[in-house]
Amino acid sequence: MLFVFSLVACGGGEKKEKESFAIKKAKTETTKVEKKENSSVPASKKVDLESKGVGPITSITLNAKIDKAMAAKGEETFKKMCTACHRIGKKFIGPAPDGIMERRTPEWVMNMILNPTEMVQKDALAKELLMEFNGSPMSNQNLSEEEARAVVEYFRTL
Amino acid sequence: MKRLSKLVLLSALGALTLIGCNPAGKKSDKGGALSSSAAEKVYVAPGEHDEFYAFVSGGFSGQLAVYGLPSGRLFKVIPVFSQDAEKAWGYNEETKPMLNTSYGFVPWDDSHHPDISQTAGELDGRYVFINANNTPRIAKIDLTTFETTEIIEVPNSAGNHSSSFVTENTEYVVAGTRFSVPVPQRDMPISEYKGNFKGALSFISVNPEDGGMDVKFQLLMPGFNYDLSHPGRGKSHGWFFFTTYNTEEASTLLEVNASQNDKDFIAAVNWKKIEEYVNNGGGKMMPANYAHNVYDEHTHTATSTMKKEVLVVDPSEVPGAVYLLPTPKSPHGCDVDPSGEYIVGNGKLSANLTVHSFTKMLDAIENKKFDGDAYGIPILNFDSVLAGTVEQPGLGPLHTEFDGKGNAYTTFFISSEVVKWKLGTWDVVDRKSTYYSVGHLMIPGGNSQKPFGKYVLAMNKITKDRYLPTGPEVTQSAQLYDITGEKMELLLDFPTVGEPHYAAGIPADIIKPNSKKIFKLEENKHKYAALSEADTKVVRNGKEVHVYMTMIRSHFSPDNIEGIKVGDKVYFHITNLEQDYDVPHGVSMIGANTSELLIMPGQTESFVWEPKQPGVWPFYCTDFCSALHQEMQGYVRVSPANSNIELSWSLGE
Repeated sequence: MLFVFSLVACGGGEKKEKESFAIKKAKTETTKVEKKENSSVPASKKVDLESKGVGPITSITLNAKIDKAMAAKGEETFKKMCTACHRIGKKFIGPAPDGIMERRTPEWVMNMILNPTEMVQKDALAKELLMEFNGSPMSNQNLSEEEARAVVEYFRTL
Repeated sequence: MKRLSKLVLLSALGALTLIGCNPAGKKSDKGGALSSSAAEKVYVAPGEHDEFYAFVSGGFSGQLAVYGLPSGRLFKVIPVFSQDAEKAWGYNEETKPMLNTSYGFVPWDDSHHPDISQTAGELDGRYVFINANNTPRIAKIDLTTFETTEIIEVPNSAGNHSSSFVTENTEYVVAGTRFSVPVPQRDMPISEYKGNFKGALSFISVNPEDGGMDVKFQLLMPGFNYDLSHPGRGKSHGWFFFTTYNTEEASTLLEVNASQNDKDFIAAVNWKKIEEYVNNGGGKMMPANYAHNVYDEHTHTATSTMKKEVLVVDPSEVPGAVYLLPTPKSPHGCDVDPSGEYIVGNGKLSANLTVHSFTKMLDAIENKKFDGDAYGIPILNFDSVLAGTVEQPGLGPLHTEFDGKGNAYTTFFISSEVVKWKLGTWDVVDRKSTYYSVGHLMIPGGNSQKPFGKYVLAMNKITKDRYLPTGPEVTQSAQLYDITGEKMELLLDFPTVGEPHYAAGIPADIIKPNSKKIFKLEENKHKYAALSEADTKVVRNGKEVHVYMTMIRSHFSPDNIEGIKVGDKVYFHITNLEQDYDVPHGVSMIGANTSELLIMPGQTESFVWEPKQPGVWPFYCTDFCSALHQEMQGYVRVSPANSNIELSWSLGE
């Protein structure tokens, strides 16, 4: 009887740990759901094809046809400078870049790359994104305007 | 606007009142109008920048500290001949070779005399040079990164004290030996010093393109003690002047035996003549063994090379290249005024200051006004080279600097004061006490053709009661004086790191625009750099494991590593992928035996970890880098030596 009891106690202990962890998890999810109901769509899913953001880029014209050479350069830059935090097809430290060109203007994307510190202070969407991604700041990787433009071209291919 | 003018009026009234309160204009050291104006003069408002950089040597700390003037605020302590746990300098794999010498790894020294590089006799702000006294070395600090980038050992030298002063175009940085020694070193009776020991004066060339240093030649002088030196400038450019003491060539009880002669010498060396001589094949190559350590900004790594020979010159074989100027009583400081005409010898046991004239020296040479010779080197007639004497200005003169307005300022160690006097008339103009026992003093550019004569910084040897006590060892200290008026005014005391032996100052505007903000990732050529996420990996080579890791706000990649075993030697090579100003990251590993690392954006640094027991061991970022800094951590699993766990690494899986 005692023996059985102690076994149960041990097993129970382990189980308890798991349970408490599960409970915590469930709780977080509940709050998330509540939030969702309140604030509709997260910033990473919001579509805003008007805002150009805050920064050096005020007007960019995209040609109908994607410049493949430029996109290849952009891909190279993206792999070198951005993959520490951004992965294709997957939310990582920051949002996945797939489909970004359907949600944002090219100016906004370039300003976010070139001027992230001011963007997260002044641009409403960038501010929201910072909160959505746990306060993890977008790093300024000191890209040139030409490099940032090429990254936009690469994003168009995703 | 109305408000502003009211304020102006009010403060004008205030000033009037203050003047009213102090009608005699009597200056008191405590309270009242003076101290408030002194405070204003050194006050640099929050967010504002200082007007000058001051590079203050750390003496026995082996370092060089960067302060702002007039505020006296400390910005950075640059490790030079020392290890620094804060920056991992001398601890990480990249910088360890910088401290290599012919005696092995020497991670400490006694750093004395910083000097800023010059072009056409004016400060150019490219480099600061500084000497190591004990294990003779000369270091170069790059003023774009404020890091030590080159150290060269000086062979045949001991007590590298009359160093490291640059010529007018930084053709050479000069290093003179304080102790004469057998050259080459050999086993011989100490009592046979006289006539056998030599004093090496080393001329280290500085490559005008990349600043690379090389011992061009060493002048093997008689066995005196070579105490300090300064270059000629302007009309005397091409000459170098060295004070000597112990011309008695005593090897014991120097405090008595080296004070016998009524006069010692200032040695005047025509280095252009010797340069020409060696360029034409003169001199003798002798075997030697000395380290040359170079830090490469692109590989972020230092290399140490042992050099095996050095060119030596016997002064008697180059007639007309070296002369001796008799100078009373063991002269210490050897300072040349901005015009290059006056050479001030501060005879530390003399009551008077002796000033030689360069013009008269040339004339005495031409007309052979000699009073004999020492080991074949002509001794010039004292009266024929003397420009003037400052009569009894104080006790224990040490060093002199110049304000560029015809005034000289000399420190007096025994009487603890700075004395201002006039070049040419030799009249004492003013004197101010120091607290206490001042050694060197510094006026920004005070050793160039163009001094910036606004402040003088006095560096004291004793501070006693000036600050809150901290046990038997109390703070070191410097004092700032305003020298824009006829009379000097003490503005500020400030504590320093290590003995503030000497300093070099420069207007901030010369350096500030060149100060690097980041290292570019695309220029990073470190052998073990991971320049992007794709380059991260862990490679095993027998018991040696190399981790190619990256860091960016706010994670390491990889941050989970398994398959490390007890007995492995694990090299962590970590690249900071940030490309933004002032986003360094740190890393520390539990049980690592050297230090943590502090890695600047775009830089790669390495440390070694030898795990001693199985377990799962955390590492983390030590520099508060972002809101998620506390999340910036990782684990390494260490298995027993005979384990079969495969090497694996990951991030976010």
